Amino acid sequence: MSENAETRIRSENFLKVTRSRRNVLWSGIGALVVVVALFLFPYFVGPGTTGIMVQGLIVLTLASMWNLLAGYAGLVSVGQQGFFGLGAYFVLIPAMHGVTPWAGLFIAAIGAAVCALPLWWLVARLRLGYFAIATWVLATAIMLVIEQVTSIGGGTGEPLPGLSGMDPAVLTAYTYWAALIVAVLAIGGVYLLLRSKVGLVLTAIRDDERAARSSGVRVGTARLLVFIVAAAGCGAAGGVLAIEQLQVVPGTSGGVFSVQWTAEMAFAVIIGGIGTIEGPILGTIVYMVLQQTLQSYNAWYLIILGIVAIAVAIFARRGLWGTLDERFNIRLFPVGYHLWSPGETRRRKRQAAVQAAP
Amino acid sequence: MAWVNAIIQGVLIGGLYALFACGLSLMFGVMKVVNLAHGDLATVAGYIGVGIIAVSHVPVLWSIPIVVVLMAVLGYVLQRSLIQAAITRGELTTLIVTFGLSIIIENGLQQFFTANSRGLGVGDSFITASFSIGSQITIAWFNLSIFVLAVVVLLGLQQFMSASKYGRLIRAVADDREAAQLSGADYRHVFGIAAAIAFGTVAIAGISDGMVTTLSPTIGTDTILLFAFASVVIGGLGSLWGTLVGGVVLGVAQAIGAQINPSWEQLAGYAIFLLVLVVRPQGLTSRGASA
Repeated sequence: MSENAETRIRSENFLKVTRSRRNVLWSGIGALVVVVALFLFPYFVGPGTTGIMVQGLIVLTLASMWNLLAGYAGLVSVGQQGFFGLGAYFVLIPAMHGVTPWAGLFIAAIGAAVCALPLWWLVARLRLGYFAIATWVLATAIMLVIEQVTSIGGGTGEPLPGLSGMDPAVLTAYTYWAALIVAVLAIGGVYLLLRSKVGLVLTAIRDDERAARSSGVRVGTARLLVFIVAAAGCGAAGGVLAIEQLQVVPGTSGGVFSVQWTAEMAFAVIIGGIGTIEGPILGTIVYMVLQQTLQSYNAWYLIILGIVAIAVAIFARRGLWGTLDERFNIRLFPVGYHLWSPGETRRRKRQAAVQAAP
Repeated sequence: MAWVNAIIQGVLIGGLYALFACGLSLMFGVMKVVNLAHGDLATVAGYIGVGIIAVSHVPVLWSIPIVVVLMAVLGYVLQRSLIQAAITRGELTTLIVTFGLSIIIENGLQQFFTANSRGLGVGDSFITASFSIGSQITIAWFNLSIFVLAVVVLLGLQQFMSASKYGRLIRAVADDREAAQLSGADYRHVFGIAAAIAFGTVAIAGISDGMVTTLSPTIGTDTILLFAFASVVIGGLGSLWGTLVGGVVLGVAQAIGAQINPSWEQLAGYAIFLLVLVVRPQGLTSRGASA
């Protein structure tokens, strides 16, 4: 009884509700510095390193999208390679008609999002495992349809026209900037989405879907929105891949419709920490380190990545970032709310918790 | 007559698809686990068969029981360790673990056996022997025996689940885990048994596929898992006969698609799958609500 009363008094007098316990300004400036530094990157390193960074940024974009799907909306998609591949073709097809591939990136994002709408209607009522395999079937079906069209390369693929005149080093730098813009927009978009009212809905679904439903939350609409946003992000990433490789090759092994793309994004999210914006970033770094160290051993990086992801999923479900967050209580992208009293430090709070325990 | 022939070949290959599907269906029915590594485990079974035949020179048909036993043991061990650990942590973890297994197995097979495909020859005379009905319909004895094998496996499984002591135990645990636990059944052990049976059927499916077509590291996800899933959805959850119907419908759709245009084979199968998903999400044979 007495504790309840005290809480009420405290809430009237001292408690504050803020997005972050620290000043958001500093993490904002930090993020800006990182992005500016990344933009200047091609001026300081060779095209080889820049090319590797492009791959990393593609995976980062994909991972952020998969995190939004699986971590917040409970949509475990194994078919994101379908939108990724569509994005690549939405850059290729206009380029074959004279549209510059850079503008094609916008078409890729919008086109993939438009395609996501009817596909959502097919899989909307499926849950978890069923949703997972059904999206996989959809991705395969999309590939089979595209492979029928011989004018865009059929089953063998097609080189990307429109960029042949450029100096390779300049082209690599431009590709890098395009990939960086796509990745920054993807992460920024996820951040803004989660801070909006939809974010509140998504967090409620993430924590307890049944409770969210019974409180009148429109779970279906929020899921549709996430599915479309994720399709747009994966489509743009696929467009970047088309520009990076200067060709689009379909097919499930090694092509744009390979399930390995979804494996990479999912494993990066799980290792980094699902359900946080920081997790995919950390996971992508782990992915890149593994991939670069083991690149002479073919697909071994993917095998090791899979083993690490399984281990993390079982032994440390919140991933690397979740484990860090638990210890140090840091958030670079504050999307939740903190309830706290300004005079309270964490040490005092911990002491209070120790005293409260019997 | 070409169409009738296509439909008959479709029905026969549909038996193989039902074989693919029954392990997936069993694992989902009992443990509520959607095993994304299902197809790759079947591929592993096929490769174990290749290995056994290469080392011991036993005939292909004799390798089937050996691989079934090996896979059943693997199923029990995997269920009691990794999959059980995943189940207790929730459905997302289960999906991640089985998806991880799928990717590990597929790339592992590629590392050890290269991407080349290889066949499981039964002996030439049996593969090529066939009989004809009329002038245009030719039925290969081999395809017919795979279909019969599928029906026997499904029938045996149905009989086992409805009449045997262990079958009743498995159904009891599937219905209400806690109540079965209170009655003295260790549900983890029962899950292990169910997984062993499912993996046994996966072994038969993998070897059959190796005999009908060829084995390569990617067939697990490219065909087996997706065809199995399509068969389960088309047929409807809950009954093994539904699975057979689903497999046959998928096989016939593919055969008709291939008859119209050879490159439409898979596409026609998925079109039927999507149609059922939209028009009749509970499946063709199921009367209940959708999953």
